[in-house]
Amino acid sequence: MTDAEIRAVALATLLSIAPEVEADELRGDRPLRSQVDLDSMDWLNFLLGLHEKLKVEIPEADYARLITLDDVVAYLHNKLGAG
Amino acid sequence: MIEFKLPSLGSDMDEGTLLEWKVGVGDTVKKGQVMAIVDTTKAAVDVESWQEGTVHQLIAEVGQKMPVGTVMALLLESGEKPAPGGAPGVGAGATAITAAPMARRMVSPAARKHAEEKGVDLDSITGTGPRGAVTLQDVEAAAAKQPSTLPAAPAAPVPKAADRAADMRKTIAAAMSRSKREIPHYYVAEDIPLARALAWLQAANAQRSMAERLLPAALLLKAVALALKRYPELNGYWRDGAFVPVAAINLGVAISLRQGGLIAPALLHADGKPLTLLMQELTDLVKRTRAGSLKSSEMNEATITVTNLGDQGSQAVFGVITPPQVALVGFGRVAERPWAENGGLKVLPVVTASLSADHRVSDGHRGALFLLELNDRLQRPEELDQ
Repeated sequence: MTDAEIRAVALATLLSIAPEVEADELRGDRPLRSQVDLDSMDWLNFLLGLHEKLKVEIPEADYARLITLDDVVAYLHNKLGAG
Repeated sequence: MIEFKLPSLGSDMDEGTLLEWKVGVGDTVKKGQVMAIVDTTKAAVDVESWQEGTVHQLIAEVGQKMPVGTVMALLLESGEKPAPGGAPGVGAGATAITAAPMARRMVSPAARKHAEEKGVDLDSITGTGPRGAVTLQDVEAAAAKQPSTLPAAPAAPVPKAADRAADMRKTIAAAMSRSKREIPHYYVAEDIPLARALAWLQAANAQRSMAERLLPAALLLKAVALALKRYPELNGYWRDGAFVPVAAINLGVAISLRQGGLIAPALLHADGKPLTLLMQELTDLVKRTRAGSLKSSEMNEATITVTNLGDQGSQAVFGVITPPQVALVGFGRVAERPWAENGGLKVLPVVTASLSADHRVSDGHRGALFLLELNDRLQRPEELDQ
């Protein structure tokens, strides 16, 4: 998958949890949770949604690395072994 | 004859609108069975029956707004025969009830707003969200299928979402004003180190699939429920000038809605549930609260409220008690802080727990002891999972 495809999946997952989000206004390099107001359960559901769609296991120990949307895309890119 | 009345669905609700009957005349009703769906300013609520019987008459009409306590239906007790000449059936709204019950539409606020803007008929959409809720994507898909020459969205429906938000604000304002007017609050707080609890949680989660992982909130809720067993004066209601303790520990969990406002439905019997079950129920409760699908027992049986600001919140919260309850426990953000212990200084994850309590029922000393008990429970996390 390309980064753009991974980003599209991440945004679709995010929108299913926070439907009011304007995807165009999201800054990929800013902390996602403060931009979207995701509580810990929303965050868990977001990661679970990514896990289900992309079949990627995300250990809890890695949560701290996932701050921005760019972080999420890069992390998933790595996990998927995409080139 | 049993009168099925509109129950109070929380202290901040004094009226509701019947959306749908889930039973018909002649149906046998069991205890706990959903009789009707009633819309409040906060959510559409499945109203359950608390008695067994046979539906004799449906009095309330679909679409009717009524105050709490209104007799909505009559049920015959087991073996009871209807009075001779008494006309069983339905009230003036018979036709509407039997012919075209108004279907409840669980619709996300963003989807509703978008549908209004695009002139999309929500009833024509099949929802793909939780329990069939209509999502923004469903509305967008439906809007895309519409002819491009749609007339401009009607002006009238647009304020509806705003009206609903304003109604909810008014409801919250009324309940919180009443609380501050009538309840002499006192407040105590305690910083609780969570190193042990979070280490236990991390180890437990490492053994679990992603779907089964626990959040710190599950531990906090369970610890509150267990600590309350030793402080029953914090669990119950102030009614008719006296405290009425309640044996069941039903935690009202404050859940913020994405469109603003909050609801605090109950996690019933939280003290007796292992963490996995508590987490499942919490996840389900949050999902259904945000989709607008709660049961009446969840709306009116909370015996104490817990508000948890989570990791995006402030350091501490001192809440307003939800009457007729007599206490509220608040948790701030879990954050690393300097911690002095045994003459040394270290950095630990810490949460500030607070208690707002009704001084007519308990005193600050007991409130402080409760928080110490809560602290103690959280230092023995393995015992919470029982």
